[in-house]
Amino acid sequence: VDMALSNVLELPASGFNFENSARNAVLEDVLGDGKTKTPKPMKTGTTIAGVVYKDGVVLGADTRATSSEVVADKMCAKIHYIAPNIYCCGAGTAADTEKTTDLLSSNLTIFSMNSSRNPRVIMAVSILQDMLFRYHGQIGAFLILGGVDFTGSHLYSVGPYGSVNEVPYLAMGSGDHAAMGILEDGFKPRLELDEAKTLVCSAIHAGIMSDLGSGSNVDLCVITRQGVDYIRPYQESEFKDQRQGRYKYKPGTTPILRENVEPVEVEVMQETVQKMDTA
Amino acid sequence: PPHWSPGTTIMAVEFDGGVVMGADSRTTTGAYIANRVTDKLTPIHERIFCCRSGSAADTQAIADSVTYQLGFHSIELDEPPQVQTAANLFKEMCYRYREELMAGIIVAGWDKRRGGQVYTVPVGGMMTRQPVSVGGSGSTYIYGYVDSNYRTGMSREECLQFTAKALSLAMERDGSSGGVVRLAVISEQGVDRQVILGNQLPRFSAA
Repeated sequence: VDMALSNVLELPASGFNFENSARNAVLEDVLGDGKTKTPKPMKTGTTIAGVVYKDGVVLGADTRATSSEVVADKMCAKIHYIAPNIYCCGAGTAADTEKTTDLLSSNLTIFSMNSSRNPRVIMAVSILQDMLFRYHGQIGAFLILGGVDFTGSHLYSVGPYGSVNEVPYLAMGSGDHAAMGILEDGFKPRLELDEAKTLVCSAIHAGIMSDLGSGSNVDLCVITRQGVDYIRPYQESEFKDQRQGRYKYKPGTTPILRENVEPVEVEVMQETVQKMDTA
Repeated sequence: PPHWSPGTTIMAVEFDGGVVMGADSRTTTGAYIANRVTDKLTPIHERIFCCRSGSAADTQAIADSVTYQLGFHSIELDEPPQVQTAANLFKEMCYRYREELMAGIIVAGWDKRRGGQVYTVPVGGMMTRQPVSVGGSGSTYIYGYVDSNYRTGMSREECLQFTAKALSLAMERDGSSGGVVRLAVISEQGVDRQVILGNQLPRFSAA
C-alpha cells in the first residue's frame, strides 16, 4: 500500500534541475544569432496589496488586464481562490499566475481530502516556493498569498525565482511603488476591519491613478477565522461610461420563415444486464 | 540573472562558549527595497544558524534542503549534529551547483565537541573555519574595522558590541545594506535573538 499522499504534479528526481534554462539559452544562440529571442510572455500591469489586521487578512487588487497599450479586460479577477481559508493575488504573466494558482488549489484540495485537514498557509507557500524555484524564474508569477489558519493570520510574498517573504503588509505589480507609499504611511499593527479595508483600497487606488498598467475597479477579499468576504467590486471606477448602444437582441428580431420538425428514429440493437454484487 | 540583488552585510564571531551572528535587514530588487525587515539569520538546527547573502531564492532553497538533511542525520545519530557537519552540507551543495547558484553563506553555532564555531562558505563553494567572518556586499567596507578591532578572548557582550558596530558602519556606507540589525547569540543554553532598530544603532562622528 502506498502511504504517500497523491499529487497531481509528478515529483521530479531529487536535487535541482536546471535543464530548461540552459536549453533556452542554447536555443537563443542557435536560432538566428540573437535575432530570434524566446517569446516574451504577456504581462498584466497590476496593483495588488495585502494587509494583516486584527482579525485576519485583507487582500486587494485592481481589475485591468492589458495587451500592450489596449485594455483587454476591464473587470478581470486577480484574487484567486486557493483554499476556503487561503486566497492569492497574482501579478506578472497572466497565464502563469492563473495556472500556478490553479495547480496549487488542486493539490491542496487533494491534500484536504486525503488527510481530512484544512490546509495551512505555510503549506501553500512551501509548494509554490518549491515549484517556482525548480523552474528557475521561467514562470513569471509574482504572488501575494494571504490566509488564516489555526496558527494565525499570515501574509506572504512569493517571487518568480522562489523567494519568500513574510510581512504584515505588502504591495506588488507595476503599481507597487504607489501602493507601498500609502501602506507605509497608513499601516499600524492590529488595525480594525474598516481601517484595513480603507487602507488597502487607498493603496490600490494610488496604483490605479499613478500606473498606466493598473485601472478600473478595486476588488477586496477579507479572510478571517469565520470565513471569507469576497467583495467584487469594492470600489467602482469613477470614470465608468454609459454604454451608448444595446448589444442584446430581443427574441423575434430574426423572423422565422419556415419550420420543419423531423423525429429521429432510434432502434434498440442490443440490451445487456449486469447484476451488481450486493452483500 | 537572479531576481534579488546580493546587497547585504552579514557577520559572525566566535567567543568562548558560543557564537554571535548578525545581519542587516535589506533586500533589494535593483534600486527598490523589496523587504526592509528581512530576517537573514535562518535556523538550520536547534543550535546551528546560517547567515544568508546572495540570491534570496537560492539561499532559501539551499537552507531548506540542508535543514532537511541535517534533521534527518541528527535523528539517525540520535544526538545533536555538529556545526562542521552543517557547514559541510552547505559546501557540498554550493560547490556542486556553483554554476547555477549565487549564494554566500556563513554557518555558525554551538556543539559540545568544539564549542562555538564559525564556518564561511562564500560564492564558489569553498569552506573554511574562521574566528570572525564577514560577508555580503557591505563587508568590503568593514574589513579594516574588523581586522583592527578583533581580539581573541572577547566576552559575549564585547562580541555583541563589536558585531553591532561593524554592521552599523557597513550599513552606513553600503547602499544595498540597511534597515535594522538582527543579532543572534548561540551557546550551550540555547539561542538568544535581538533586534536593534534604526534609531538605536551605534552612531559614529563624520557628520
